Amino acid sequence: MKANPRDVNTGTYYMDGDVAAGYGALAAGCRFIGGYPITPSTEAAETFARIAPQAGAVFIQMEDELGSIASVMGASWSGVKTMTITSGPGYSLMMEAIGLGAMIEAPFVILNIQRGGPSTGVPTKTGQADMMQARWGSHGDYEVIAIAPDSPQELFDYTIKAFNLSEKYRCPVMIMADECVGHMSEKVVVPPAEEIEIEPRRFYNGPKEKYLPFKPDKDLVPKMVKAGDGYNLYITGLVHDEKGYPIKNQLEKGKRQKLPTRRLVDKIRLNADKIIELTEEGMDDAEVVVVSYGISYRVAIRGIEIARGKGIKVGNLRLITVWPFPDKKISELASKVKAFVVPEINYGQIVFEVERCSHGQANVVLVPHGGAGVHNPEDIAEAIEYAVNEKKKIRKVVEWKTRLEKFVFEGGYKLNK
Amino acid sequence: MAEIRFAGYGGQGIIRSGIIVGKGASIYDHKFSTMNQAFGPEARGGACSSQVVLSDTKVLYPYVTVSDVLVAMSQEGYDMFEPELNDKGILLIDEDLVKTKPPRGKIKSFSIPSTRLAEELGNRVFANVVMLGFFTAATKLVSKEGMEKAVADSVPERFIKHNLKAFQKGYDYYKDKL
Repeated sequence: MKANPRDVNTGTYYMDGDVAAGYGALAAGCRFIGGYPITPSTEAAETFARIAPQAGAVFIQMEDELGSIASVMGASWSGVKTMTITSGPGYSLMMEAIGLGAMIEAPFVILNIQRGGPSTGVPTKTGQADMMQARWGSHGDYEVIAIAPDSPQELFDYTIKAFNLSEKYRCPVMIMADECVGHMSEKVVVPPAEEIEIEPRRFYNGPKEKYLPFKPDKDLVPKMVKAGDGYNLYITGLVHDEKGYPIKNQLEKGKRQKLPTRRLVDKIRLNADKIIELTEEGMDDAEVVVVSYGISYRVAIRGIEIARGKGIKVGNLRLITVWPFPDKKISELASKVKAFVVPEINYGQIVFEVERCSHGQANVVLVPHGGAGVHNPEDIAEAIEYAVNEKKKIRKVVEWKTRLEKFVFEGGYKLNK
Repeated sequence: MAEIRFAGYGGQGIIRSGIIVGKGASIYDHKFSTMNQAFGPEARGGACSSQVVLSDTKVLYPYVTVSDVLVAMSQEGYDMFEPELNDKGILLIDEDLVKTKPPRGKIKSFSIPSTRLAEELGNRVFANVVMLGFFTAATKLVSKEGMEKAVADSVPERFIKHNLKAFQKGYDYYKDKL
């Protein structure tokens, strides 16, 4: 289905990533954002609030982040496309309800413009330290989709894609951008509506009495209806059967009851190949592969250029989709290359996924950054050089000592014995 | 390819200057540019900087490593970013706000009382636009037409005239001086 021209502000702009995400949300057909503005994501909320009326969409500034995420789930089950916008502190507050969203299979999007540090952290500066929280933040078994854009144009394009994925798989979809990408200004081309592909809500249109809200389709995703349209709906966070009624265990009353959790994970895991988007370059004769995402990808490009200048064969793998993780791709590469180098703006998150998938076949080097800034590309280049020259198999993630870490921590803390 | 740094205080329009240069280059001169900003939690008064990378091809790495142009509107900004300036770079300062060190390498240094000239025009908020006129004439990195369109495009409609006048004032100041 094509986008509605009423939702699309076609043109060429010079705008920051937050603003582009606001335009992207409306173009994707988003009709409701409940949010609680927070730096560095505020401009996205402001933008959506400013342009929403042209399409009859609504922005409500809720009382807090708990209200924001709850309003989004209600809106989703009322039949509209919906999103919330936040940064780390708000994201933490939303975690419980994200699990509810996964459980009731409400399609919705969360834009997280990551800032640095835990708690209040560094509000105006960057970080990539919420990546594991995106995957594991709420309790219990569930799967999510997370995307890491690297530019304002991508914040437009991938916001639309995030909505499409959320409609298709009915799971929380996270746009895990960061302050650098959110506050960076670049040219953004908003194409005409007829060039924007959008995924409509999959509504059930059979007889009312036969509707089962959690009966999966072929691709394991159930069809939806609008709450309030006269269907019998029982939507609960309790483990439930296809009718939505709570069940206690898989052998209740001697019948085989299918708990939904198996399907909640399988609908993503079994469709992972269709969901995952990566870019790769220079892989053919690579001895080392740099794995990066978001702003760190653009910084890594410079590090890779420097290393290639020294004659090192480096491949460049970019994770556009971070969750579900590209297990297969990393395992396949691990058997061919000497090492992976993973620069990320945290003290090790995605690097451990890379280590898990490399199954001890290739060394894994983390280039850490404590946040509030991006890597020095020279550090990435030196880590690549180290990785290509390391002859031993090292049975743990090697943490590369960057200039910043050496300068600030003088090589790192040591415990007094 | 050119790397540009604007430095000053929050409230001086440092980030806006970066946006205007970036917009002039990528929207009106049809080149490529990326603008990044750094500011603190304060709304006004804190140290603030923006950086623009201009290129004829897509900008991959979006940060300044060695700047070709430094525009300093505060002493703190000058002190912080002068060491990053290329030996053959261009330094532009507000002469009432910045005291420079003895010249280094082949750096070309130009000064303008941009805040004072803006006050003469009625409001010091135009200081950054006066500086942008001066910047355009001194560096020739972005066309005058492109910059004027970008200025007009970045301010409220009722202030377009005032801003273009301020831009011209800075532009002429450079032309008259040389």
